[in-house]
Amino acid sequence: MGLLDAKISKHNVLVTSVDNVMNWARLSSLWPMGFGLACCAIEMMATNASNYDLERFGIFPRASPRQSDLMIVAGTVTMKMAERVVRLYEQMPEPRYVLSMGSCSNCGGPYWKHGYHVLKGVDRIIPVDVYVPGCPPRPESLIGGLMKIQELIRMEQIGISRAEALKKLEEKSMDPSQLIQEARKSAKAS
Amino acid sequence: MGETQENTSQLPEVIEAKAVWAVLKEKFGDAVSEFDENPTMPFFEVLEPERWLDIALFMRDSPKLRFTYMACLSGVDYPEEKKLGIVCNLESLGELGHKIAVKVRCEREGGVISSVARVWKTAEWHEREAFDMYGMTFSNHPDLRRILCPEDWEGYPLRKDYEVQETYHGIKVPE
Repeated sequence: MGLLDAKISKHNVLVTSVDNVMNWARLSSLWPMGFGLACCAIEMMATNASNYDLERFGIFPRASPRQSDLMIVAGTVTMKMAERVVRLYEQMPEPRYVLSMGSCSNCGGPYWKHGYHVLKGVDRIIPVDVYVPGCPPRPESLIGGLMKIQELIRMEQIGISRAEALKKLEEKSMDPSQLIQEARKSAKAS
Repeated sequence: MGETQENTSQLPEVIEAKAVWAVLKEKFGDAVSEFDENPTMPFFEVLEPERWLDIALFMRDSPKLRFTYMACLSGVDYPEEKKLGIVCNLESLGELGHKIAVKVRCEREGGVISSVARVWKTAEWHEREAFDMYGMTFSNHPDLRRILCPEDWEGYPLRKDYEVQETYHGIKVPE
């Protein structure tokens, strides 16, 4: 996906829908809010840094919630932090997206049973669009989650709700087991 | 029994700690318990908690002891005895090199231990943490507030009978 691939060389005219252009613009410059809560943040910073280079996707952390459209909840959300997370989320302009990174943020992770001070899943306080499993997830997983956010944005249309877009995304989803099997086979062969 | 005890009491750290204890026993008498030759952490207990501040000052300033450094101060819950306590790991850092641990206990409900934050600066935050987690108060502490939990948190999380609150500011807390 990219306008450059279309090789517009003759008339410099491109006909498309408003949805397409808006979605393309949004998904090509996702600006996450620059904050991390625990060890997942180290992995997120590694993903931002040169080896994995998120900037090639237009993803670039911003220092203020008012300039961000994506919140990567990277790490353990304590009860003390929970209210602050809500306030930061509320300060973000719409349309805004939330990616929950790692087990703690998904469901409380290792603090599920005895962690009196940990919020058991950030989805108890803010709506989450994409969950990335792992403890902490590798940069590849985080990039996978960000691609999922991009796919979600691509599903959006003027006049349909986020829930409907998520439903459309689900219909388009595929079972990865076939791909995993093939990758395993080829890895063994080599 | 004799053999293992002999072995541990011959460890240089234990011998040094015992010498420290002997100085304190001579000075404070019944306020200081018998010496425990625990090989990883030789310790004694302060049996008269109201004298803990005097003992702490003496341990820091006496030329024979010179405990210049508090490595740690932890809280302990003893539910069977209805007591709370602290364990202080002290060291004469860069001077005499010896180490010892001191235990002080107080009542479980409304217990008070005198603060040693003005003796060793380290104790200030460590006592706040013990207060936050176990709920004993430290008399004459300069700033005794919760340090980790939110100010309006209910209960003391590291007590053995702690039950977490159902909600905090409208957010569900337990699983």
